[in-house]
Amino acid sequence: MEQAAVQRKTAPAVGSLWSERKKRLWRNKWLYLMVLPGILYFIVFKYVPMAGLVIAFQNYKPHLGFTGSEWVGLEHFKRLFTEPDFLNILTNTLLLFGMNLLFYFPIPIILALMLNEVRITFFKRFFQTLVYLPHFMSWVIIVSISFVMLTMDGGILNELLAYFGFEKINFLLSPEWFRPTYIIQVIWREAGWGTIIYLAAIASVDPQLYEAARMDGAGRMRQVWHITLPAIRSVIIILLILKIGDVLELGFEHVYLLLNSMNREVAEIIDTYVYTAALRQGQFSYSTAIGFFKSFVGLLLVVFANKLAKRMGEEGVY
Amino acid sequence: MVEDRTMGGKLFSLVNYTLLSVIALLTVLPFIHVVAGSFTTSAEMAVKKFILIPTVWSFDAYKFIFSTPTIFRAMGVSTGVTVIGTLFSMLITALMAYGLSRRDLDGRRGIMFLVVFTMLFSGGLIPTFLVVKEMGMIDSYLALIIPSTISAFNLIILKNFFQNIPEGLEESAKIDGCSDFGILFRIVLPLSMPAIATLSLFYAVTYWNTYLSAILYLNESAKWPIQVLLRQIVVLASGLDYSSNLDSEVPPPDQTIKMAVIVVATLPILCVYPFLQKHFAKGAMLGSIKG
Repeated sequence: MEQAAVQRKTAPAVGSLWSERKKRLWRNKWLYLMVLPGILYFIVFKYVPMAGLVIAFQNYKPHLGFTGSEWVGLEHFKRLFTEPDFLNILTNTLLLFGMNLLFYFPIPIILALMLNEVRITFFKRFFQTLVYLPHFMSWVIIVSISFVMLTMDGGILNELLAYFGFEKINFLLSPEWFRPTYIIQVIWREAGWGTIIYLAAIASVDPQLYEAARMDGAGRMRQVWHITLPAIRSVIIILLILKIGDVLELGFEHVYLLLNSMNREVAEIIDTYVYTAALRQGQFSYSTAIGFFKSFVGLLLVVFANKLAKRMGEEGVY
Repeated sequence: MVEDRTMGGKLFSLVNYTLLSVIALLTVLPFIHVVAGSFTTSAEMAVKKFILIPTVWSFDAYKFIFSTPTIFRAMGVSTGVTVIGTLFSMLITALMAYGLSRRDLDGRRGIMFLVVFTMLFSGGLIPTFLVVKEMGMIDSYLALIIPSTISAFNLIILKNFFQNIPEGLEESAKIDGCSDFGILFRIVLPLSMPAIATLSLFYAVTYWNTYLSAILYLNESAKWPIQVLLRQIVVLASGLDYSSNLDSEVPPPDQTIKMAVIVVATLPILCVYPFLQKHFAKGAMLGSIKG
């Protein structure tokens, strides 16, 4: 015991810490081997492209490569902000995002709360089976089904309208119907799946809290308002933060599928603009600059939202 | 419960169940409509207009789309990509998740940070495209798999799952002289089957739904997976399937054809779905999401 005390009091020499470390690293060599392929993946397909963002500051030409293409600094960014369409595209993007937050985001929460009140397990399971399904369909399938139902040419919705004496509506081409169609598709696809995480949070609430509230005479609505909601507040906030980080990430595939020459004014978002500029017009550097701008703003928003959440007393995402 | 027997409680329940039923109905009706429409003749479609159960049964639409190799080819591509991609992804993800789940691995936190960071920021469309191009994968099926090998989300879930396996098991195995690989494959994986199964199905569905990678990286239409073909036929209303069957000018595919293609593109997911559902019911995944 004396010796142990003496050893504790002496500060360990740097050398012995390092040798402990070396031993550990060697002992874990197979673990490092296991982790290696994954790390390589992240480096090659996630971090190398990040380094590739450098072409946003160049006039990248494929045959010249990174080192051969000339540097133009912030020229592409300047061009982006002075591009007449840019404001329009940004507005479109933000509007879709706003609609997402306003119309889509609350729905899984409400559904989860409703579902939580269901006592018949069979009903609950059956309901979940049905509403989780669209999440697994690709956007192509979702949009295709919508097309088939919304087309002027025999689509069930228009046929119903005609049947009741109304005029047929061109849902697919007209600009006014783009946003409603978009958000309904989002809700259809994701609302059900989104309930999972809220249900899990709700399920972890202490039943005794409900007991106590009932004794005090609280009806179901009040119980929900005063117990359930505050309990899942953290989950809501975290998901909200992640959603904000997603803001400019808005589901390129979805919008791309809905985009056509008639609704481009309202449907073109940053991502589709990047795609068009890059692949159709070969403007690699310009489109990379746009993408960079978008990712960067998204990152800033997440960091900001995370700080805000922490200040409100919640755990952040990181 | 006491409150359920009050008028207010009962009313609440009634409204709740009704609303939920309506919502569930609205969610599946489009599918039912499409499936029904695919099993009838176009003449019927033109007359009946709204169909939930076909009165005239017919396989015309299916006979038509299977009359050329196009759809078979696309299904083949999608199946191949899905099977190989899922196996590959699951292997790499499991290996990495296991390594990262071991508490005494130095650099673990750093690596996790790097992984999570990719969920918040990315290089974007062009840089990734250039990387794929540099690796010579353009116009190759590999481009549909390799760039999507690991989903950070799935990785984190699996890592957390592994972390929850009692350390005692690992320790006693080590005492018996088991290697790290041995522990992973003989002890941890068998215990993790629910998580592995669920994540495999997640990957499988993602691979089956491949669309963006295909239009970005593939040049030949013969290499198209089913989702791209679906879009061609339904959204762009071009008649890829109308090869040499019609002599006059090519009309766009009609509703029943489109619906049949949708059903074919969705079928595998519908088949696999019951298995997925089993695991959600267990809530096996739920605990690991927060961590």
